[in-house]
Amino acid sequence: MKFLGYRRSNGRVGVRNHVLVFPTVICAAGVAEKISRAVPGTAYVGHQHGCGHLGEEREHMIRAMTGSCSNPNVAGVLLVGLGCEMLTAELLGEKLREAGQRVETITTQNMQGTADAIAKGTELARKLLEEARSAQREPVEACELMVAAKCGASDTLSGLTANPALGVACDILIKEGGSAIFTETPEMLGAEQVLASRAATDEVRRRIWEITSRTDSKIKALGLDVREAEPGPGNIEAGLTTLAEKSLGAIRKGGTTPVVEVVEYAQRPLTKGLVIMDGPAHDVVSVTGMVAAGAQVVVFTTGIGTPVGSPIAPVIKVSSNSSLYQRWKGNIDVNAGSILDGEENLESMGQRLFEEILEVASGKLTKAEILGHREFAIHTIAPTV
Amino acid sequence: MSQAVIVVDQRDNVATALRLLQQGEPIEVQVTGRPETVRALKGIPFGHKIALVDIEAEQPVIKYGEVIGLATEKIARGQHVHVHNVEGLKGRGDQA
Repeated sequence: MKFLGYRRSNGRVGVRNHVLVFPTVICAAGVAEKISRAVPGTAYVGHQHGCGHLGEEREHMIRAMTGSCSNPNVAGVLLVGLGCEMLTAELLGEKLREAGQRVETITTQNMQGTADAIAKGTELARKLLEEARSAQREPVEACELMVAAKCGASDTLSGLTANPALGVACDILIKEGGSAIFTETPEMLGAEQVLASRAATDEVRRRIWEITSRTDSKIKALGLDVREAEPGPGNIEAGLTTLAEKSLGAIRKGGTTPVVEVVEYAQRPLTKGLVIMDGPAHDVVSVTGMVAAGAQVVVFTTGIGTPVGSPIAPVIKVSSNSSLYQRWKGNIDVNAGSILDGEENLESMGQRLFEEILEVASGKLTKAEILGHREFAIHTIAPTV
Repeated sequence: MSQAVIVVDQRDNVATALRLLQQGEPIEVQVTGRPETVRALKGIPFGHKIALVDIEAEQPVIKYGEVIGLATEKIARGQHVHVHNVEGLKGRGDQA
């Protein structure tokens, strides 16, 4: 199966052709935003970080920022720094060049004030946009795709319709030689043994236990015991009986193939197939992390409705029930609720989702893109100083 | 919604109610891939589970094709399957 993608000079394949204006630190965000506004067609990607990171968080932030900027959907990046920050434009620019990404940098403190920085930055952004025009879509195999599977604002039906249908789509993509990635470690608790039993190697099995234990310990350190508290009274009232049942509904979105690799937040996998990323369940933070890990397309299931998009990857929204779809047609791309209406089954819906992924990868805009939803947030792992 | 219940995987021994199931109501459902009629022994609320076959005590309750817990007592076909007759797997495989 093929789709039409952009083959980059480093060999990776993008499904969009974005030029990003990316502040390396929040202090440069105002300058970056004004540059992007002056050059329509560029995407401003704002965040709160870039300075005051303690310990491991420095490397973690570098990984998340360089991962975001080197996603193959990105044709070129203008990094806008301040100068005295921890993560300078020079530092991130060097890492991006090493990754084969087209990058320009501007450091505000080296300019004649912000007006000058905006003027120079605007010229650089225009240049990047002009260059990006030369990229052409060409037929490429589906094996070049990594799809991020996400569920959020879920309902009782998410684990029964939308998530397993997405799982079928992930299985098809992986059979084609591609990759799927999912995260939300807190929503794996109780189902670790199921994931561990699907580990492709002993090392992957060890890593699955490692990330779930780590999350469990972090929650315990706050004086909370997720295993005692889950499923909660509301879940039980809704019909969920055990923690495994709740987590199984969530992990279903990744499909049924062996887990080939476990990566850290925003870390790029080295193996093709089904990948687990350690990360929070927070919708925007987890989507950002998987896109930074290299996912070119996100498929996001929801039962209650969430508008979340991404400035870097198209996000396909899938509703778990038809009543949400009727109310939220402007936001939802595919209605898996039709499985319950007897119009589809999981296999046919999964096939339809896979076809939708290829169409979106080939350029079809998602509802989130049409509506301009571009949420972006990086996971923090330490106090900011 | 035309369906009364949903079975996610052929291996499942429970189905999830897509609406309130009335006591004694005949429900057309696929049991291990074959069409059968199961009667709810009591009313079962939306989102809750009904046993598709008899499940002996200590035997696994299967949904999504995976074990979600063990029956704490014998569960009859058509019975409500929930916290009163199912227990989550205790302990952790890595700490056993």
